[in-house]
Amino acid sequence: MPRLEDRRPDPGDLLRRVQAGERRESRGRLKVFLGYAPRVGKSLRMFDEGRRRRMRGQDVVVAALQSPVAPDIQTVIDRIEVVPQSEAGAINLDALFERHPQLCLIDGLAQSNPPGSRNAQRWEDVRDLLDHGISVITALNIQHIREQQDAVERITGKRAAHSVPQEFLNEADEIEVIDAPAEALLEGAAPANMPNARQLSELRELALLAAADIVERQLQDYLDDHGVEARWGAQERILVCVTPRSNALEMLHSGYRNAERFHGALLVAYVEQPELNGVDQTRLDRNMAIARELGAEIHSLHGQDFVAAILNFAREQRITQLFLGHTLRGARSLWRSPVDRLIDAADEFDVRIFPHREGE
Amino acid sequence: MKGTLKIYLGYAAGVGKTYRMLEEAQALRQKGCDVVIGYFEPHGRAETIAKTEGLEIVPRRKCSYANTSFDEMDTEAVLRRKPQVAVVDEFAHTNVPGCERAKRWQDVDALREAGISVLTTLNVQHLESLNDQVYDFTGVRVRETVPDWVVDAADEVVFVDLTPRALRNRLERGVVYAQEKAQKAMENFFTETNLTALREIAMRHAAHELEEKLEPADADQPQGGRHERILVCLTGRPSSAMLIRRARRVADYLQGECVALHVACGPVDESVERHMSFARNLRVESHVVSGSDISSAIAGFARQERITQIFMGRSAPLPWWKRFEETLVQQVVRQAHDMQITIVAERRR
Repeated sequence: MPRLEDRRPDPGDLLRRVQAGERRESRGRLKVFLGYAPRVGKSLRMFDEGRRRRMRGQDVVVAALQSPVAPDIQTVIDRIEVVPQSEAGAINLDALFERHPQLCLIDGLAQSNPPGSRNAQRWEDVRDLLDHGISVITALNIQHIREQQDAVERITGKRAAHSVPQEFLNEADEIEVIDAPAEALLEGAAPANMPNARQLSELRELALLAAADIVERQLQDYLDDHGVEARWGAQERILVCVTPRSNALEMLHSGYRNAERFHGALLVAYVEQPELNGVDQTRLDRNMAIARELGAEIHSLHGQDFVAAILNFAREQRITQLFLGHTLRGARSLWRSPVDRLIDAADEFDVRIFPHREGE
Repeated sequence: MKGTLKIYLGYAAGVGKTYRMLEEAQALRQKGCDVVIGYFEPHGRAETIAKTEGLEIVPRRKCSYANTSFDEMDTEAVLRRKPQVAVVDEFAHTNVPGCERAKRWQDVDALREAGISVLTTLNVQHLESLNDQVYDFTGVRVRETVPDWVVDAADEVVFVDLTPRALRNRLERGVVYAQEKAQKAMENFFTETNLTALREIAMRHAAHELEEKLEPADADQPQGGRHERILVCLTGRPSSAMLIRRARRVADYLQGECVALHVACGPVDESVERHMSFARNLRVESHVVSGSDISSAIAGFARQERITQIFMGRSAPLPWWKRFEETLVQQVVRQAHDMQITIVAERRR
């Protein structure tokens, strides 16, 4: 039987999850409106949600506004209490703890605080509010997510000075994407530094994919928390099985390209074999080096039974496409080859068989 | 000039697609554009109905079928009215039999041919190529579908988001459906996992549509690698529909092409005909060759057509007295050993 222990959640992990669950109970809820550029309308959507919640009886205050306040936003927040920011623009944390509303509306999550403030960054203020049991609705643009800044810079050539770590967003209870056609943002007098139409479309795609990744993580957490065995994922997950003699280069490149086009995940696995000769070991090492270069997630599997090890791993990892080399098939024999057995057993993912090329 | 098509894409009823579409219609009207409502499904939602205020509505047409009266868009009346922009809700709708066109997307196309631009709404689960994936997740087989190329041809796809939590709150408050129906919906289709999964699919699809528009497919020099040509092996088995959808989707994502082949030993039977016409619907070129040696016919055709990847369904297991023989999949793997072969899972729940 294959050994699976190394992939089960370890007790520390489970404990952290339980603790996180407990913390969530007493913590305020965080909702983030994510846009791809200025003018996409996230602030308006955020304040409008605050207005509707107030009408439904929640105790709502505005804790941060971008000035100057646009007329349409002014109309929306007309009846909502404002806890004024300091002259330098910082959120008045003490006043908010004192006032203790159910819900704070905070525009411009990525802003920095003036020197001498309790926290250097506004997102840290939000974290403190949440810890005090105050819920927050806030808004930010994709260029302000720290882990997305390289990608944004590749598109626009510019990098925003302030950012929020992705980790903080991962803890948000809800993220909502505000999508709109790029031309709509360029109508009328566009602000200085506005990206062009093509750049805006690329940013738009980036924001949608970033949100999809966050949603994927939430789905996984939800399934884990509820002990639901996941079936086929929404995201393509490709597993390339490498052996010393497989045509790994073609499989890895194809896997990389597929994962990239589908914005999916690329995993590479090999089943450990006890006695590899020097040539095979060198080949395997070379294949693994390529896999690492391509940014694949590499796993070594253990088990007497090659087919069972691969199958278990693929199911656990919610694989949607399994790539295998033709070499595993071997000559016709009385015993069915590993490839045949994998094809027969794999009813939840596609199996793609790669040709063996001479000289490999 | 052909009218433009803008699709408001959502992941479930109640996320606010129609509302966003009507907001846009109002904004256009403010700018002096001649906008009418060709078809609008109010679902009794007060906030949405309020958004139609001031917009001209072309009355619907009563169609009777099986002694029941149905309301359909009066496409001919909209054509006669000839506005600049028409608002047409529920792009995936199937008209009752007896209407001029079977599908609403075909009505929309007729409007666009007449130079009328259209705003419409669609949920991601109605995309043909996602049919199996959605079934796999939700257990619901969506009946009304739109071929992917129709959506790909839209000038603009706008994703309309709402978090599953907010959507379920709206259901609970009776905003989306009447209370009793809402309760049932929450237990079945609108579960937290279903909604989350559908939402993720919709986000990825909206991103894919953007990418399609950013990188027009270049037949000679595809980005990063060779040009994929996918061959789907069609049979009369029901799983062939799933095979076509999956291959179409992979080809779209890899910006490759997709062709279908059926190897006939005798006359082509009706179920194969149906799959062939389904393939043509999805713009998959379909071929029939005759021959009794199926695997060599497939391998030969693939070589001749410079196929890079063959898509097949799994062969049924052989009975014990044939256990030393090869299944069709095994034969093709042996004969087309210089090509990639993908055995597509049926993903039965």
